[in-house]
Amino acid sequence: MYWINTIIQGALVGGLYALFATGLSLMFGVMRIINIAHGDFIVMSAYLAVVVVGLLGVDPLVSLAVVVPVMFGIGYALQRGLLNFTLGDDILRPLLVTFGLSVVIQNGLLELFSADSRRLQLPWLETASVRIGDQLAIGLMPATVFVVAVVVIAALELLLYWTDLGRAFRATADDSDTARLYGVNNRYIYAMATAIALSVMSIAGVLFGIRTIFDPTIGPARLLYAFEVVIIGGLGSLWGTLVGGVILGVAQALGAAFDPSWDTLAGHLVFLFVLLVRPHGLIPKTVGL
Amino acid sequence: MSDIPSYRIERSTGTSRLGFAILLVALVALLSLPGWAGRAEMRLLIEISYYLALAQVWNLLAGYAGLVSVGQQAYVGLGCYVFLAATAFLNVPPLPALLLTGFAVTMIAVPVAFVAFRLRGAHFAIGTWVIAEVLRLIFTLIRPFGQGTGMSLPISVVRAISENRTARELILYYFSVGLGVGSVVLVFFWLRSRQGLALAAVRDSEAAAGSIGINQQRTKLAVYLIAALIAGLVGALVILEKLRITPAAAFSVTDWSADVIFIVVIGGIGSIEGPIIGTLVFFVLRALLADYGAWYLITLGTIAIVVMLKAPRGLWGLIGEGHNVHLFPVQRRVRFDANRQPIRALGK
Repeated sequence: MYWINTIIQGALVGGLYALFATGLSLMFGVMRIINIAHGDFIVMSAYLAVVVVGLLGVDPLVSLAVVVPVMFGIGYALQRGLLNFTLGDDILRPLLVTFGLSVVIQNGLLELFSADSRRLQLPWLETASVRIGDQLAIGLMPATVFVVAVVVIAALELLLYWTDLGRAFRATADDSDTARLYGVNNRYIYAMATAIALSVMSIAGVLFGIRTIFDPTIGPARLLYAFEVVIIGGLGSLWGTLVGGVILGVAQALGAAFDPSWDTLAGHLVFLFVLLVRPHGLIPKTVGL
Repeated sequence: MSDIPSYRIERSTGTSRLGFAILLVALVALLSLPGWAGRAEMRLLIEISYYLALAQVWNLLAGYAGLVSVGQQAYVGLGCYVFLAATAFLNVPPLPALLLTGFAVTMIAVPVAFVAFRLRGAHFAIGTWVIAEVLRLIFTLIRPFGQGTGMSLPISVVRAISENRTARELILYYFSVGLGVGSVVLVFFWLRSRQGLALAAVRDSEAAAGSIGINQQRTKLAVYLIAALIAGLVGALVILEKLRITPAAAFSVTDWSADVIFIVVIGGIGSIEGPIIGTLVFFVLRALLADYGAWYLITLGTIAIVVMLKAPRGLWGLIGEGHNVHLFPVQRRVRFDANRQPIRALGK
């Protein structure tokens, strides 16, 4: 029973990891850039929620109503004002610009909020659980996070395959020059992609902040998790990120059950193993998003 | 015979001869420094030398071979721990231990490259970072190395270098400066060689380089291994200088990757001069901003972003290359003689 419980907990955390990864996957799919500051934006969203909660005295989940639009705006401005100028044949520019951004955000948060650990409090959800049988209980919080992840990924799928914006994303991902010939405004499409990516990341950031303590330095580790999930699941597949997230979550949970200091390491090792045996991931999708 | 134009291939230019003179003066100053400067200056130059060495090889990786690694801390950290293990546990004397460290780290880099090279471009960057994290986490688990709290270099190892403190400092100084200067010399001769020509071709266009028969994988692997070797040696010198190491410091992404990346980006990627200028600028900025805590890194990050956007070839691109100034003659130029004749296709 202990092991089944561990696997279930790990799988539920996987929902959060899938949310971390979708933003990365979306930006890479549409623009072929990896945002090194990815994890730092997730942490930034959690701090934004801390500020909103502090100012308005609302519940962290309610703070999403402010955090998501703000991160959407930041994403749009970031792409139009900065990242659009880094696109081109040279992979070095987006990589190093977002690397600089990562250091700036991390130290900016450090300057604003100090190095102390924070947490978003949500007592009514954190402690609630549903009992299944007499030995198994599922926390309402992890279950909620997982359900949110599934809903967000389903919504993104709908956006990608059933809307004009989604069609423009896929067209740009396939061939940006040809898409432009058909009247797609690349700069706008890129900005929307980053805005949506940062919105999803902000949901992930707030849920993450409710689940665990955080401080300004933990961003890069979230980037690594997100990246591992994308590679395990297979590039460009949104449901693949859910599979990748669950695998990473279960690996970490099993590692931690074996020895608490093994959780992150176990996740990394599973990632390297998948890279060796299935370099294109478990659910590869070679074209488009 | 008359169809073949009269030309010669030149490498050195007026500025490169001047540059060579400047570098020679700098070298003399460096070598004589212990005679006229104090301990603090020597320590500073030891640190500058590590960063110069790391910057030179990172530039070779990212600027030439297209291998943007964010995981060089893996090899600095391994260098620390291999040297520590060899001297403290196996009682290898310091100098052979240094050679052993270089050899062992390079050997470890071979299978690592096998995994990392499955990823390309931006994915390679994150993949190398994951590998460095894996190593850091593994070393926090190993009990003989003190796990997360770290381990000190035994006094007996330090004494084995020399009983005399001043002599020890001199030896460490010359080894560090030797590594820094040596890495510049190594990159210089590499870029002038056949291998370097292949590397420059890969830098300019991977597709074109492949089409003229350059084995890119082998060229990239060679660069990757050299970079690992140099980082490993830096690691061994770091433990000798700091005398105590923790996994967090040995595998620090900020110290061994972020700072090095900033140095190369600000100085100028894709040239030998860039990392040298970047190292000097980095240490000046650090001295100026050291008291401002987080603002120091915010400033560095912002400068790197602006440089990448406005001057992708860095400071050296602005002051040197833009005016066709080259301190290191690695490029080949065709010079035609005054009475040159038009080039005609041979055999027609």
